[in-house]
Amino acid sequence: MADTVVEPAIEKGLEPERREQGDVRTEEMLVNMGPQHPSTHGVLRVVLRTDGELVLDAIPHIGYLHRCAEKIGESLPPYQYIPYTDRMDYLAGMNNNQAFAIAVERLCGIEVPPRAQAIRVIFSEFNRIASHLVALGTYGLDMGAFTPFLYAFREREMILDLFEAACGARLTYSYPTVGGVRSDLPDGWVERCLEFLEYFEPKIDDYNNLLSFNHIFVKRASNVGVISREDAIAFGLTGPILRASGVRWDLRKVQPYDGYEKYDFDVPIGEPGGVGDTPRGVVVGDCWNRYFVRVLEMIQSIRIMRQALAELPDGDIMAKKVKNLKLPVGEVYVEVENPRGQLGFYVLGDGSAIPARVKARGPSFCNLSIIRHVARDVLLADVPAIIGSFDVVMGEVDR
Amino acid sequence: MIKDEDILNIEEPVLSAAERLYIPQILGGLKITIGHLAKSLTKSTVTIQYPEEKLEVRKEVYRGVHRLNRDENGRVACVACFMCSTACPADCIHIEAGDSPWDDREKYPIKFDLDELRCIFCGMCEEACPVDAIELTHEYDLVGRTREQMILDKEELLAIYDRTVQDKPRKNPRITGYAGTGNRPSAAPKTDGPEAS
Repeated sequence: MADTVVEPAIEKGLEPERREQGDVRTEEMLVNMGPQHPSTHGVLRVVLRTDGELVLDAIPHIGYLHRCAEKIGESLPPYQYIPYTDRMDYLAGMNNNQAFAIAVERLCGIEVPPRAQAIRVIFSEFNRIASHLVALGTYGLDMGAFTPFLYAFREREMILDLFEAACGARLTYSYPTVGGVRSDLPDGWVERCLEFLEYFEPKIDDYNNLLSFNHIFVKRASNVGVISREDAIAFGLTGPILRASGVRWDLRKVQPYDGYEKYDFDVPIGEPGGVGDTPRGVVVGDCWNRYFVRVLEMIQSIRIMRQALAELPDGDIMAKKVKNLKLPVGEVYVEVENPRGQLGFYVLGDGSAIPARVKARGPSFCNLSIIRHVARDVLLADVPAIIGSFDVVMGEVDR
Repeated sequence: MIKDEDILNIEEPVLSAAERLYIPQILGGLKITIGHLAKSLTKSTVTIQYPEEKLEVRKEVYRGVHRLNRDENGRVACVACFMCSTACPADCIHIEAGDSPWDDREKYPIKFDLDELRCIFCGMCEEACPVDAIELTHEYDLVGRTREQMILDKEELLAIYDRTVQDKPRKNPRITGYAGTGNRPSAAPKTDGPEAS
């Protein structure tokens, strides 16, 4: 299987020196990492061209989880397609539902009631926390720290309980929908949620002491897989990965949707070592910063949620006239800030109830494109550190 | 091309003797975990012993296995209007409608097959149903030995209703069929229909 994947486009610049050291000629070996590798976070296969411990090239192979999600969108009315968007980025279902719902609303000119908007913001930020908890837990797991994973999942389980209380599902929510949200918050949910935030905020210090500032972890993740600012922009990276490289770009700030302009929050970016809490030896754009931006984003999400919960407006949760929706002739492209980056939906309407074309721009897919550039001339043990810091969800890469 | 002045040389931080040993780091981590251990010894644990213990789900909203409700006379409440199968994004509901043997509605389902393997548990059938006949229950452990077993027919769906009605009463028991709306032309009463189905 391995012999079919050598690609001629590999730059050969450094090879001759490496191949002949003294009178010893080293030999390259192709290693398949995945698709069943525990630290590729799903069915990602990375073919590594190795020279001893050194990785000369890492070629990602995707497509194991392709489920024709875009094609399904062209055979179903938008409200029926909402459950399928859950299954793209299955760790952030709320954000995906919200993205597609906003796209259809912009196309049809539907006004979403303020209460529905606030509920959507609460849930998408909540889902961001849940998703980042998985990201940091599994990243610790990749680095050999098992304990933070259990703590992260314990807290995530509580978030899922709150999701279940509101919408009846723990993973595939289909809760934000075209025109608003599907059901109102149950009695006492806001109080329970505030209680949870009260409980959760000090836990972040726990993760920091346990993992983020732990010297063993810092040594493992700092100065590894550095992505420069220019590269990050050139490869179209978005989300925490872009911000870790020092670009202050967040769609919630620069292009607010669903009333994000009302909330006060910061956009954390990667910091060089020695600034503030950042440990020594850390570089802007390395794995540690990619990890730590997520931790800081959780704190900001808590801030947004507190504000949204405090001033939750009364009123309808669904816009009027969304039953028997006919999509007007026209097209729309909407991007929102997913936990992993910018998730875009393109919807082309042709006057019928079913879109003529649905296209999804997955953040994980675009973020994965830089892997070949970053995971080059690194040690074999750094490859899981680099892939893990991207936090890819294969359901969204393949769609 | 990268200019020389753009290249930032990073020096490895000089480690103190304590840092180089890594033992203080390990102990620092252990301090937190032992603190958690001490807490979990005094308080109840986070995990549950499934299947002896089961997770409590919120029964009113949980989207689990479906059921077909019975009306107050024990008949199937469904009026075979095909709204659920139209609303279903996964196309998993298959209904065969027949003339109703009862007076208060025109049609009833002769066959009502629901493929639980195709179902994505989105709850749209429940939203679409005009008579609140199909509902999603709080049962989340659904097993079968074959694919055929996972296609639940009308009797099995009614059996789930009988099993779960104690824990989750029917949402709106007053709505059954079209009786009471006044719009329906009165059909001749049938006498040979079964009492309950």
